[in-house]
Amino acid sequence: MNFHTRKLLKLNLAPWRMATVGGLLLSGLLVVAGRAFYLQGLNTDYLQGKGDAVANRNLTLPAHRGQVADRHGQLLAISTPVESLWARSAELELTGEQRAHLARVLDMPARELSSRLDRKSRSEFSVRRPVTPEQAARITAMGVPGLHLRREFRRYYPAGEVAAHVVGFTNVDDLGQEGVERAYQDWLAGREGERQIMRDRRGNTIRDLAPIKTAQMGGNLALALDLKIQYLAHRELAAAIATHKAKGGSVVVLDAKTGEILALANQPIFNPNNRRDYDPNSMRNRAVIDTFEPGSTVKPFVAAAVLERGLFHPDSIIDTPQTWLVGNKLVRDEHPHPQMTVSEIIQKSSNVGAVKMAMTLTPQQHWEVLHRAGFGQMPGSGFPGESAGRLRDASIWRPVEQATMAYGYGLSVSLLQLTRAYMAFANDGEVMPLSFLKREPQEIVGERVFSPAVAREVRAMMELVTQEGGTGTRTRVPGYRVAGKTGTAHKLVNGRYASDCYLSSFVGMAPASNPRLIIGVVIDEPSGGVYYGGSVAGPVFAQVMAGSLRQLGLPPDAPETATKMTQNTPPLLARAGGGL
Amino acid sequence: MSRLNVVLALVLVVCALAVIQAQHRSRTYFVELERLKKEARALEEQWGKLQLEQSTWANPARVDTFARTQLGLVPPAQERIRVETGRVEPWGGTP
Repeated sequence: MNFHTRKLLKLNLAPWRMATVGGLLLSGLLVVAGRAFYLQGLNTDYLQGKGDAVANRNLTLPAHRGQVADRHGQLLAISTPVESLWARSAELELTGEQRAHLARVLDMPARELSSRLDRKSRSEFSVRRPVTPEQAARITAMGVPGLHLRREFRRYYPAGEVAAHVVGFTNVDDLGQEGVERAYQDWLAGREGERQIMRDRRGNTIRDLAPIKTAQMGGNLALALDLKIQYLAHRELAAAIATHKAKGGSVVVLDAKTGEILALANQPIFNPNNRRDYDPNSMRNRAVIDTFEPGSTVKPFVAAAVLERGLFHPDSIIDTPQTWLVGNKLVRDEHPHPQMTVSEIIQKSSNVGAVKMAMTLTPQQHWEVLHRAGFGQMPGSGFPGESAGRLRDASIWRPVEQATMAYGYGLSVSLLQLTRAYMAFANDGEVMPLSFLKREPQEIVGERVFSPAVAREVRAMMELVTQEGGTGTRTRVPGYRVAGKTGTAHKLVNGRYASDCYLSSFVGMAPASNPRLIIGVVIDEPSGGVYYGGSVAGPVFAQVMAGSLRQLGLPPDAPETATKMTQNTPPLLARAGGGL
Repeated sequence: MSRLNVVLALVLVVCALAVIQAQHRSRTYFVELERLKKEARALEEQWGKLQLEQSTWANPARVDTFARTQLGLVPPAQERIRVETGRVEPWGGTP
């Protein structure tokens, strides 16, 4: 059979039907192709982005800030992760009820919370940093869209206010604001890392999409500070400020051999862990930043200058009338002696004697000694805001000025600077560079200020200060020989020296046979009736020195007779304990 | 010729299976590594917290008050301290 020829089976379609079906199929194909082109070609970035958003993640690898510890590894500052509450203003949806609940959870007044949530200036902002773990759990349970928790590092200061002025603090963004935290910001700060990963449906990381940029953790710091000595200095200073009703004060403890700052305490204090109520006045590190007229504590430098030039010997006798006229200025001694040796001038802190010695020097020579000892220059501790004090150029000194400069007026120093300068006497004429960081003895190069012989002679004079007839008998430390110098200076108030405002100071060293520690103490405006440096700052020195010497385990160097003498005076013994 | 093809095809199949297995193992190990890294981070954080706690307890101010008030300790008075210098000295004070 031939089907082709059968008429009945012959295809008999109208041509328009073919065209219609073909056209429909074609248009269907075009729609699909168009859609595919739209998805693959035009809209691909958007869709790829959506896809990646589900599977791919960019992670920031957190880097914490380095720790700060004292010389024995006791922590002074450490960063610990905490949660903080953030909001995205675009996604934020909160009912009135939720608002009230959130305010209760955060323990924040509802109005304050509203004003925080309603600021639309930034797309993402923090609501509360940090929140406690319990608060974090309750907020997560609320499930408010647009509110999320973020992990951040918070800085804690375990030593609190005791070391606050040295360590300083950071702000909420982990940037150092004061003290060591600021000085070593670059070293302490960590650098965040980044990593791109692909995740599966269950949130597991399956692979890295790009090489990992590892997070760089912040470096740790070991300070020169000895927390136990620091605490001792802090405690004794606070006690003295309370006893003498003073406005403020500072204590600096230096290692005479290495220039390391073993302790540095100030009053008033602040608590670095509580960042709510900041008082700039109490945050200032007075020992480094504030300057004062040193008063009698500069007299040893005058003595060193005249001894160095061979103008006097320690036993040279100088006539010291009660008053002495330089230009139109009457220099006066409160406890006059008609004649004194150079040693006695230092021991009894005679203004007239100091002036008569100083006037044998030319202004240039006088200036040069003070300059070499670091007056008017940055002490170089690297502490933010440290001051250089003031020492005017010798060419503009008038005789009156040179005279007042001999007993410590007309120039200004910070306590750190003054204590550093005494290193010249303690360390046989050599001043070591200051350091807030712990360091190895071999890496230090000192600077020679006086010859060893002159330094020893002046040190012997300063030892007389603490002995019978000296101004600093209350600075004695049982079992040890102590050398030092008292200072009592009138404060400048509104451009005039106030007769009833004093700065009482004492700078001393022990054991005097081979000093290991130098301690500088200054008390600002004691108003309890006592104001002599030896009576106000002296006992603080003695207490801190006694405790520190014991802490360092240094062998006593006092002759037995001296020890016996103190053994027979019970009232002194009651105060002998330095504690800790 | 055809026998060689069959062998090669078999080798190919085996290789493909090995690749799948290796891929799978790499993923499991990777997941494990991630888990351990997370654990290491958590432990490090805990270590930091413990250090913080330790230093809070060991704070000299706290130790001082505790020793004085709870334990009734006092610093020794001067006459009760004997310095050992290496040579024998007569002892006068009360021990």
